[in-house]
Amino acid sequence: MKTTDSFGRPLVAVTGMGVVTSLGQGKSDNWKALTEGRSGIHSITRFPTDYLATTIAGTVDFLPESSRGASLLTFTLADLATEEAVAEAGLPLSDFGGPLFLAAPPVELDWHHRLALYARSKREGDWRSLIEAARQANEGALFDETQFACIAGRLAEKYGTLGLPITLSTACASGATAIQLGMEAIRRGECDRALAIGADGSATAEALIRFSLLSALSTQNEPPEKASKPFSKDRDGFVLAEGSGALVLESLESALSRGAEIIGLMRGCGEKADDFHRTRSKPDGSPAIGAVRAALADAGMSEDEIEYINAHGTSTPENDKMEHLSLSTVFGERMRELPISSNKSMIGHTLSAAGAVEAVFSLMTMREEVIPPTINYENPDPAIELDVVPNVRREAEVATVLSNSFGFGGQNTCLVMAREAV
Amino acid sequence: MGASDVVITGIGIVSSLGLGADAHWQTLSQSGAEPSLEPERFAPYVVHPLPEIDWSTQIPKRGDQRQMETWQRLGTYTAGLALEDAGLKGDEALCATMDMAVAAGGGERDVAVDQAILDASLTRGDHDVLLNEKLTTELRPTLFLAQLSNLLAGNISIVHKVTGSSRTFMGEEGAGVSAIETAAARIRAGQSSHVLVGAAFQTEHPDMLLAYELAGYLQREEWSSVWERSSALGGGVITGSGAAFLVLESRAHSQERGREPYAAIGPVLSARIQRRSGTLSERLEEMSGALSQRRPLLAISGASGAHMPTQAERSMLDRTGKAVRGFSSLTGHLKEAQFPFAVALAALAIRNGQAYPVFDDRNEQPFDETPAEVLATTVGYHCFEGMCLVAKA
Repeated sequence: MKTTDSFGRPLVAVTGMGVVTSLGQGKSDNWKALTEGRSGIHSITRFPTDYLATTIAGTVDFLPESSRGASLLTFTLADLATEEAVAEAGLPLSDFGGPLFLAAPPVELDWHHRLALYARSKREGDWRSLIEAARQANEGALFDETQFACIAGRLAEKYGTLGLPITLSTACASGATAIQLGMEAIRRGECDRALAIGADGSATAEALIRFSLLSALSTQNEPPEKASKPFSKDRDGFVLAEGSGALVLESLESALSRGAEIIGLMRGCGEKADDFHRTRSKPDGSPAIGAVRAALADAGMSEDEIEYINAHGTSTPENDKMEHLSLSTVFGERMRELPISSNKSMIGHTLSAAGAVEAVFSLMTMREEVIPPTINYENPDPAIELDVVPNVRREAEVATVLSNSFGFGGQNTCLVMAREAV
Repeated sequence: MGASDVVITGIGIVSSLGLGADAHWQTLSQSGAEPSLEPERFAPYVVHPLPEIDWSTQIPKRGDQRQMETWQRLGTYTAGLALEDAGLKGDEALCATMDMAVAAGGGERDVAVDQAILDASLTRGDHDVLLNEKLTTELRPTLFLAQLSNLLAGNISIVHKVTGSSRTFMGEEGAGVSAIETAAARIRAGQSSHVLVGAAFQTEHPDMLLAYELAGYLQREEWSSVWERSSALGGGVITGSGAAFLVLESRAHSQERGREPYAAIGPVLSARIQRRSGTLSERLEEMSGALSQRRPLLAISGASGAHMPTQAERSMLDRTGKAVRGFSSLTGHLKEAQFPFAVALAALAIRNGQAYPVFDDRNEQPFDETPAEVLATTVGYHCFEGMCLVAKA
């Protein structure tokens, strides 16, 4: 089997995957729920919702760490997905032997900890007493919450990854960027395999309020499972969610030589930054168009070769309109028939994790020959003519997938995946 | 020498010492440079404050300035200096294909809102409801983006039109190491032709000090050289506000547009050394030895002042015949910007064919040769390590 692509670069295989979302822990539970069209969105119970316009989320509530702060939950989500991925790849759980790329949210000292520190301080109405209390307390766990390097450092230690573990943030494209960095490192010949993880357990009250103040969230709180309705006319924002996705990326040559099962291939990645506005995309969609085209070019593929699109599909009025515009520009008339669905209709927007979680689901789509639906598609937006695989899964042989990730700050990253090497 | 060698063609640096590469060279190439200090505002902590900056020289639109907190403004400003220095500012075509790797912190929270919540928390027990009540009404909607990590890169795209790609690395000093390492590796492999890479750190915010002090890393009460920090006064780190951005290019790309590089960047080494094992100094020696065996060699050290790692690094530098310059004595610790700043100072010494005089005459030795290569180091105050060799282009 040929192990290089048309540019002579090492082909990058996926040999292990793990996932956690509000639908459950592990690929099996998630896939069952996704293909049954079940939603993981629910009323928030983690914190009181007084004064909040949005009272629903796709939080991961079933873990012991779920209520112990964003930093610890993000680590735990990453850890669980990684364990599943590394085990599936048949690699040792403590000696991964390749670099780590972690997409994670920029978390801060948890409010509960800030309040507890202040309660212990001299309370002199000044931040000085808080810092003095912090110094006196000297609690490693609190320090860790303020250090962006900490989560990746712990994962690197546990799984025995090589070198300085990279933590990155490209907003809602972060998970895709982690995969891209891993692919590039393998293509450069720096390593035979890389661990790419996206994890986000940062759905705190403050995070919800921040997005709410930007009018980014759905306020259709009743019933919760109906709120995320990508490409529908009455969509009104995304649903904040948590989750994680982990992928073992490996040069095809290395994977074949050790007899690993090939789940699929990462064929191409592309990106383009937007300089228009902090939260809105350029009206002509050119950066998203550029990112899709760059990913196709990187994969050495034409538009005609894409058989399914895993949409960014956040359910915000702006994103879904712009995603449709961009894809219609790239794929032309064919876009009306090309199946495209949004996992976010069921799991909400897992932010830093989304690109990785949705890459896992994209690869499962090809492997299982089932396209998960876009649920809550009852009132189509007439301006968006797409085959969104409405409400019910579809059995289909899919050989290639394009997965989109577009984020605040002008971040646009696209991945092209394939079932087979050639 | 090859077409895909990585060269530095633009430098933008800001610290308490001044604005821009030339100002820093003028100050630091003279003996007896003095630190600029702010001992009052954050007492008992001394910080190296930002110099006065006319933001509008790099961020012309007031509206853009308002959308950023100081850290993002500082980074966007300094990125502009680097682009200008590289002759790329306003070159729409080259900026549109230029990649970006930014090492970012974030978290410039609203001090007044936070304090109001803390104070109110003392008289009521329903803290979670209090948070909702205050945050929904008091938070400025745009603050979230104005302090969000990846929005430094976002603002650079908006203000300077750098839009090839945009990747933000997080994780204190290590993020600055990864940003340069990744950018250089991509250029060497032909995955990128020109990259804007750098970071900014604005220490003049209580939460920036709080993060260090949760583990007791800061020195209190008084300034001293980075090589003479006192364990009786705390953990040894004195912070500073500052930023460093570099334009990296393949040699071929810089030649095509006729730019004379400052210097070339050799391999960048990074590591996650087990610090508890007591082998930090030995492992750093292996890294340094892999880059150059030259003795004496000028080393621009990003030592933070944190006691253990600073001593481990210093003893390695002494053992291996380095003439060290610890710039944190004069700038303070610049966190994510520490490694880019070290590389920038190394490149300036190469370009000017001259080493810096000692920054601390009790603890550093003169270096009279014309430096052909310079080691730039950053050993994180808590974790992660990086080094690279900067050489004549």
